[in-house]
Amino acid sequence: MSSKTKSYNRRKFLKVSTAAGGGLCIGFSFLSSCSSDSHFKEIVRLEKPEIWSELNGFIQIGENGITTIMSPNPEIGQNIKTAMPMIITEELDVDWDKVIVQQAPLNTAIYKRQLAGGSQSIRQGWNDLRQAGASARKMILDAASIEWGVPFEELRTEKGIVYHEKSERSEHYGKFADMAGQLEIPDNVNLKDPKDFSIIGKGKANVDGIAIVTGEPIFGMDYMEEGAKIAMIEHAPGFGQTLTSFNKDEIKSMPGIIDVFELNTDFYPKDSWIANPFKLNSLIAIVGESTWQVMQAKKAIKAEWSYQTEGENTEEHWLALDNLLQNESNVQRKDGDPVTAFKEAAQVIAREYTAPFLPHNTMAPMNFFADVNQERARLMGPIQTPEITANLLADILELPKEKVEVGMTRMGGGFGRRLYGNWVFESAMISKKINSPIKLIYTREDDMTGGVYRPAYKVRYRAALNELNELVGFEVKGAGIHGGPVFSNRFPAGTVDNYQAENLTLESTIATGAWRAPRSNFIAGAEQSFLDELAEIMGKDPIEFRLELFERAIDRPIGESNDYDPKRYAGVLKLVKEKSGWGEKMDGIFRGVSAYYCHNSYVAQVLDIIMDDGNPRIKKVWCAVDCGIVINPLGAKNQIEGGIVDGIGHAMFGKINFTNGKPDSKNFNSYQMIRSTDAPLEIETFFVENGENPTGLGEPTLPPIMGALANALYKATGKRIYDQPFSENIQELG
Amino acid sequence: MASYSLKINGKTRKIDVDENTPLLWVLRDELDLKGTKYGCGIALCGACTVHLNGKAIRSCSVPVKNVDGEITTIEGLGEGGLHPVQQAWIEHDVAQCGYCQPGQIMSASALLKNNPNPTDKEIEQGMQGNICRCGTYTRIKEAVKTASTKL
Repeated sequence: MSSKTKSYNRRKFLKVSTAAGGGLCIGFSFLSSCSSDSHFKEIVRLEKPEIWSELNGFIQIGENGITTIMSPNPEIGQNIKTAMPMIITEELDVDWDKVIVQQAPLNTAIYKRQLAGGSQSIRQGWNDLRQAGASARKMILDAASIEWGVPFEELRTEKGIVYHEKSERSEHYGKFADMAGQLEIPDNVNLKDPKDFSIIGKGKANVDGIAIVTGEPIFGMDYMEEGAKIAMIEHAPGFGQTLTSFNKDEIKSMPGIIDVFELNTDFYPKDSWIANPFKLNSLIAIVGESTWQVMQAKKAIKAEWSYQTEGENTEEHWLALDNLLQNESNVQRKDGDPVTAFKEAAQVIAREYTAPFLPHNTMAPMNFFADVNQERARLMGPIQTPEITANLLADILELPKEKVEVGMTRMGGGFGRRLYGNWVFESAMISKKINSPIKLIYTREDDMTGGVYRPAYKVRYRAALNELNELVGFEVKGAGIHGGPVFSNRFPAGTVDNYQAENLTLESTIATGAWRAPRSNFIAGAEQSFLDELAEIMGKDPIEFRLELFERAIDRPIGESNDYDPKRYAGVLKLVKEKSGWGEKMDGIFRGVSAYYCHNSYVAQVLDIIMDDGNPRIKKVWCAVDCGIVINPLGAKNQIEGGIVDGIGHAMFGKINFTNGKPDSKNFNSYQMIRSTDAPLEIETFFVENGENPTGLGEPTLPPIMGALANALYKATGKRIYDQPFSENIQELG
Repeated sequence: MASYSLKINGKTRKIDVDENTPLLWVLRDELDLKGTKYGCGIALCGACTVHLNGKAIRSCSVPVKNVDGEITTIEGLGEGGLHPVQQAWIEHDVAQCGYCQPGQIMSASALLKNNPNPTDKEIEQGMQGNICRCGTYTRIKEAVKTASTKL
């Protein structure tokens, strides 16, 4: 535990049920009291504790032993609200069925990295969460030792009960919680031996599962306060445009409309990575009594927008990216002498791959509650970066940081879009302007057209083979909007004597940013397609070819900054090879393979296609994963499956083009998302068991599936596909 | 503005709204039934699915003036407990972010009412109006199959 945690002001307190929503008020701010958790309600109905003692920022124990665990990080569907408390519960050694999980408030003095991004919550939380549980358990034991007058060493715990065998005494933690809460929080407490884990590694159902399936109001979209108004925005139809005029008086006179005004986006914060993508110049804000009335007013807006900068077109992006690849250079890594290797090669294989811009399309469009006045700001809603957002809000509202509260709700999807809270700042400015609490809601059209898109990318791979059919040279050169896609130290860097990686950037007025597994979400598919074709040209089995390269990286790695472990990489590939029965003859099944490492986890996949009435259909995906210790296998498998389905969907159908800076798609009538009829019939997951510290799963299975899919489609159709979305190219094959 | 008396989840609810207000916003804004979600507003994502006389409808695209019959929302589906479809969703731990799931469950329960023993293909086709960006489709299919054995 950090010293900050040690000085945390702990309390003994009464909890009382609130009338609305079934949540509890627990003495933090209003923000933490809003979760309504059915799992929690079930426990409370049975054994409702009134007096609680706080052992540290994560743990409160009721007088009857019921335990509340604070889940620190934002929940976007990655299921850390179940997994993180499981880690604490394991070390605290209480019964999971008597644990209440609550979303913690934003307080990075206690909870450190309260951010959902980069698949890092479990990896970076692992140690602190274990220590939080273990130190609280030690405090309970210290209190029991004092209370019973017996040596600490003679005590043991099991499922929330302290045992002293010699005196045949046992009591639940609740009996000692008051005293334990007054003890000093110990540092560096011994942790369990992983072989003794009884919660970690056992599948636990989503703690919000019942709340979700019964429609409880747990999402940001559902959060509302009495007297708050509904706000919507109308942003420029195109990037580069600014507002000239609009029919303000007409809109303001419409039923239920309270105010309508232009909002110049100068208030967007600057000089922060979460603010970098904000590129829309001006907005119209509409505030009214009901969502439908505000929507009607929004539809009635007749606005003139003029181009402040030229509107960009997708076709020009492709030409510009191509121009960069042809004429510019930005070498990020060079091993050996690639120029000579390619000059002297017996055979050079060169291929190019592209993928278009993608919107995030979280199922819940952007939304936030804001109540801002001259003295303070209270905000509540779905945001992946609550800490940075709260700090930036304090800056732009010119309020002291302690006067800005940002509360976290469950999110209707994140995928990177909710890292960049432009709409949060908008909600604050609208509330401040009209001096009333408001709920800002984006329509789907606002969401899809005012996005922070996955950049369009193009990459060129070249491989040099010598006369012995050996891979002696490898080049990767990529270009993308606001940043190239290449990771210069990733595989196959380190496996080829003569290697070069280049990355080029095209500046643009289109906003781009992180989208589930940034850069990997394109480059993995391209790389794994290229390696597949290379293996075929070399006459090798695609898995054996990759394993040979990993062997090379294990025995005689080139360079020192390779950012992967070739043994673990080979491990997942061997596992999926074995489980899928790779190499066996299977009539009517067309198989593709891929392997990729990103976000600290290793993934290998085999994808099987069958022809169904002449159309390719994914029969099964076999997925091997090395994410170290698996905290919650049930949730982990769900993440793995989700990444696979999401990756297949976007590789097959995802595309948003721009004409004069305007996105061509605005809603699901012109943008195709994967649906049930295109999902794999089956997905089976296998974990490598190696006891390594755990790593995340929100992103790593999405990137490689694009390669496995492309490789299987090649087997099914006889044609390689180089450009996403694949569905358009399959159709072209006729 | 016009007055309406709607039968929702077995109770009669009176509201005073513009006649063109979609049922979705009546449920969410006027009646505080927020389990029914807004996703696209054009009946293409399924997040707003409710039952009208037992049949699945997209509440975002049905004006309140056209509502004729009994409405069931996700809050009323289990009639005080959990409907077998909701139980199956828990059993298969279907949800990730969870936002689309009330709509998925309302579509699934209507599907099973009409066809108690659907084939895999019938499930896929019956559920294709509901989008899930988290990608839970394989679990949804398994959950529907489980629920079909318990209805």
